[in-house]
Amino acid sequence: MKPPAAVDLIPTHARPDGPRTNRPPLPASARVATGDEHPITAPLSIHDMTVAYHRKPVLWDVDFDAPEGRLIGIVGPNGAGKSTMLKAALDLIPKASGRVTIYGKPYRKQRRMVAYVPQRESVDWDFPVSALDVVAMGRYGRIGWCRPVTRRHRDAALTALQRVGMADYARRQISQLSGGQQQRVFLARALVQDAQLYLMDEPFSGVDAATEQAIVTLLQDLRTNGRTVLAVHHDLQTVPAYFDYVILLNMRIVAQGPTAEVFTSENLQRTYGGRLTLLDQAAQAIALGTVGQ
Amino acid sequence: MTVSIKSKHSLVIGLAIAFIVVSTCPAGVAEPAGGHASITDTSVRLPTAQELIRVLTLRDYNTRVVVLGTMMLGLVAGIIGTFMLLRKRALMGDALSHATLPGIGVAFIVMSASGGTGKSLPGLLVGAFFFGTAGVGCVLLIRNLTRLKEDAALGIVLSVFFGLGIAIFGIVQKMDTGHAAGLESFIYGKTASMLASDAMLIAITAALVAGVCLLLLKEFTVLCFDQEYAGSQGSPTLLLDVVMMGMVVIVTVIGLQAVGLILMIALLVIPPAAARFWTHNLPTMLATSAAIGAVSGFVGAGLSALVPRLPAGAIIVVVAATAFGLSLFVGSARGVVWRLLDQRRLGRKVARQHLLRAMFERFEPSEMAGAGPRAGGTSVRFDQLLTDRSWSPSRLRRLLSACRREELVRNEGEAEFALTETGLAEARRVVRNHRLWELYLITHADIAPSHVDRDADQLEHVLAASMIEKLEGLLADAYPHLAMPPSPHALQASGGLQPARR
Repeated sequence: MKPPAAVDLIPTHARPDGPRTNRPPLPASARVATGDEHPITAPLSIHDMTVAYHRKPVLWDVDFDAPEGRLIGIVGPNGAGKSTMLKAALDLIPKASGRVTIYGKPYRKQRRMVAYVPQRESVDWDFPVSALDVVAMGRYGRIGWCRPVTRRHRDAALTALQRVGMADYARRQISQLSGGQQQRVFLARALVQDAQLYLMDEPFSGVDAATEQAIVTLLQDLRTNGRTVLAVHHDLQTVPAYFDYVILLNMRIVAQGPTAEVFTSENLQRTYGGRLTLLDQAAQAIALGTVGQ
Repeated sequence: MTVSIKSKHSLVIGLAIAFIVVSTCPAGVAEPAGGHASITDTSVRLPTAQELIRVLTLRDYNTRVVVLGTMMLGLVAGIIGTFMLLRKRALMGDALSHATLPGIGVAFIVMSASGGTGKSLPGLLVGAFFFGTAGVGCVLLIRNLTRLKEDAALGIVLSVFFGLGIAIFGIVQKMDTGHAAGLESFIYGKTASMLASDAMLIAITAALVAGVCLLLLKEFTVLCFDQEYAGSQGSPTLLLDVVMMGMVVIVTVIGLQAVGLILMIALLVIPPAAARFWTHNLPTMLATSAAIGAVSGFVGAGLSALVPRLPAGAIIVVVAATAFGLSLFVGSARGVVWRLLDQRRLGRKVARQHLLRAMFERFEPSEMAGAGPRAGGTSVRFDQLLTDRSWSPSRLRRLLSACRREELVRNEGEAEFALTETGLAEARRVVRNHRLWELYLITHADIAPSHVDRDADQLEHVLAASMIEKLEGLLADAYPHLAMPPSPHALQASGGLQPARR
């Protein structure tokens, strides 16, 4: 689907304020970028992406360029498609339409540039591996097929564990770690990939205060080193403190930009308020294949 | 929470298996009493000691073929089964083995129609392979195209394919060429019919599967643990899944002849499940599972060679189940017995520390009044102690004698007890931990002084040295008497004699 001309900033079907309302035009920061503006250097460039599960659209026309060297929070209500946006960007789930580039190239050519941290609950922590084994998985892509994990890679994994304060737990079986410690192991696995772009799915969910602080410090470290981080985040209170750039998402991008400009109560109202329920109903109708009267 | 539910489940399953094992043992694994001649042909003839040795040392050519072949089957099933278990696809093996049945029937019809005897094993196995693969494909199709979950898909495929197979067998029986008498052996397995070439086939397959698993160990591990992450790193998860399932189909098909399609699932699931109780390390688990599978195959085939009419498949399952039961109870990584022992040890430690603290707090007033800490300075009467906590007289008596054995407490005349030197030191430590934790709860967790006693009760026993250091650091400013802080609340132990001091 070709994106509409640059003047039409938001797809009409997703436009919260129809043409007949007297609302002022949206602030520039809340506007969605369109086709021709995608800079080739953006760590992550999502171009007009639509994703559907069982024909039910869960993301509509997402258009987004990640600014380099920022901590970017993805915020939105449950079911807004936050995790889906990350997974679709990584080709983990199919896209109905759209294109994603990492530093100007398709993801399959840029795997070394990206590290992904899935939700902690997405795996079985009773699996018979140690914390170090999990972190070493971050090197598998580099080690290559049919070759064993060598000492050099284990050392790298241990260093990554040190960075998240988990070196003492390297030999522990992962079920014997607390939730916060498990999350740190996942982060260490991403660190050991030494990527440029980090995509994290709810890194702060279900962690203790100490881990939360450790993760924040880590994120800031990454930013200092010029890395870009996209993290799905649930806790609205901490958004301004943790992230300098936000995407407000509710099936479509409601607003994106520097936190100070975009993280406003008006935008939050538009993200979390009931105005977008019609969009959800439309998606339901598409899924059921019914035709409106 | 889920962990304890899971372990309860496994306990129930384990007990059920133990029951089965016990009830089957006299029939199957009875001691070979030498020289017992059978009276009638229908009774089970027990083997002589000589026969036992012949089988165990693999002296007969036929026995050697059968036993070694079955052993390698168990080994390779243990390896691939481990990945199936970790991929949470354990039941897929069951659906797939049942799905092979129509394949055998169809292959028989095709081969006899084209002029052969219809009983060529490779031909039958090729048919089984195609239908097994089709069964797996159907499960995946149903799961992905409909909203049915995997369990429903498995149930449908398993029963439909098996039913279809039985129907085809019925047709085969009525055919003119129908010398189909041997086909049923694929349902329950017939180890004795294994030829050297069959055993060779199993050996080659086992070597290939084990080799592939070894080469793809990394990729399979991350696929089983975290498929999404594997995908994000560019691992071809779909292809790896196909390779893994393909190997399961192959192993199942070569196992049909030996253990039969109904019991094949046991060789795929039980050895890895048992191995999990022994280790938290995946390579070790693979090796353990392979060993358990191999031993089950060896013993099962051996016994079945010794005792006529004893079906090998069933014995293999019983042996594997025995290994599972043993692992469940005494497995070094998470055996139930060790956990119960640990709990018991902790329970004893807690009870002992309670007693020491009760005794210490009983004579604490006099100690603080300047008598100085001396062992046995004040003795405590049995009936006094009885009121301190809600323990029964017999329990308190047992506790006291346990502490006496460890020389923490000694008798001071009739029903009076005092702490020894070591007992006093230990009691001081326990009381101090308790009070530190109480102070922490009051200062940092805003819990009322009247409530902290019970809360601290549960934690003081498990406070690690590092935590105590942290407590000391946190409390150092607020409290000057950290060497032995006074109790922040009235001691019920002293029967109201002592007011709370701060």
